[in-house]
Amino acid sequence: MQKITAFILPIITAVIIIFGLFKRIKVFDCFLCGAKKGFHSAVGLLPALVGLVLGVTMLRESGALSVITKMLEPLAEISGIPVDVLPLAVISPVSGSGSLTMFEQILRDFGPDSIQGRVASIIMGSTETTFFAVTVYYGSVGIRKSGCTVPAALLADMTSFVMSAFCARFL
Amino acid sequence: MINYIWSFMVVFSVISAIFGGNMQVLSNAIISSASDAVNLCIRLGGTICLWGGLMEIAEESGLTDAVCRILSPLLKIVFPKMDMKGKTAKAISMNVTANMLGLGNAATPLGLEAMRRLQGENGKKEKASADMIKFVVMNSAAFHLIPTTVAALRRDYGSENPFDIMPASWISSAAALTVGLTAAIIMIKISEGISCRK
Repeated sequence: MQKITAFILPIITAVIIIFGLFKRIKVFDCFLCGAKKGFHSAVGLLPALVGLVLGVTMLRESGALSVITKMLEPLAEISGIPVDVLPLAVISPVSGSGSLTMFEQILRDFGPDSIQGRVASIIMGSTETTFFAVTVYYGSVGIRKSGCTVPAALLADMTSFVMSAFCARFL
Repeated sequence: MINYIWSFMVVFSVISAIFGGNMQVLSNAIISSASDAVNLCIRLGGTICLWGGLMEIAEESGLTDAVCRILSPLLKIVFPKMDMKGKTAKAISMNVTANMLGLGNAATPLGLEAMRRLQGENGKKEKASADMIKFVVMNSAAFHLIPTTVAALRRDYGSENPFDIMPASWISSAAALTVGLTAAIIMIKISEGISCRK
């Protein structure tokens, strides 16, 4: 299985190019054309990223995340989420790199096959960084009014936390 | 919404730092965050160019049409009004494929391409359209068929079976996706109802 996953990316890249050659496309010219479009949208992302990273870094470095975690502990107990995994649940909608660090810490402290390790793994496998998606996706096209995106996405995140705790116990 | 959340993040952090005595750390963090954002942008920019280029080839050759045809029954459920032969549906199906294969850093550039096309169809350029909201919610509760990164880390920390969390992670992300999308659709309906009455 481990070996198979390493195959995915190289094979996809090769298939795209072989298929293009087969259809007699000037593949490198075509690649450059697409990459150039990508470059322009990348430059436009910087302002949104500066704002997002500012908020996230401040939350992490100020100790605010541990305050929020403390406040949510009673809620976690009701919904069956192990308290040791709660910091991961709190940071996962906010910061991708932060949740990766937190995930590794849980794996190190409790082991990957413990209940904490399993819940954390399932959470990591079933959520994305919500705020990153919202800021970057909307920022890239200049949307200012996001409507009900954030509440709906956070509801999805919470469902994933509760379901992860539930599945880790019964599957 | 974003305005309030962002302000909350900043103000709450400053208050926590005052009470926790972390002011110096926070002060340094503010400065370094700007350059961190530039690093992130450059890293992201590389993958955006890479996948932008590869996608252009896939699109010219008709490969994306094939992928879109396979996924269109699923996409039809979420985006009932969308033209399944159009460019937007193709971009969305490429993003969904990348997510399913666990290629997180390909999913973002492909998602941005889909957003650009959704914006092209959007009537009000400042306000997110219903399809955009559904698409972003879909990406925040991404469905990974193969959780590559998680399994690799589990193995590194000595798991006996790094992939045994897969079924649980499918159930949990499917549940998250269903709840998130249902909530989004209900809230969109409600807000449309309100704007009609005005």
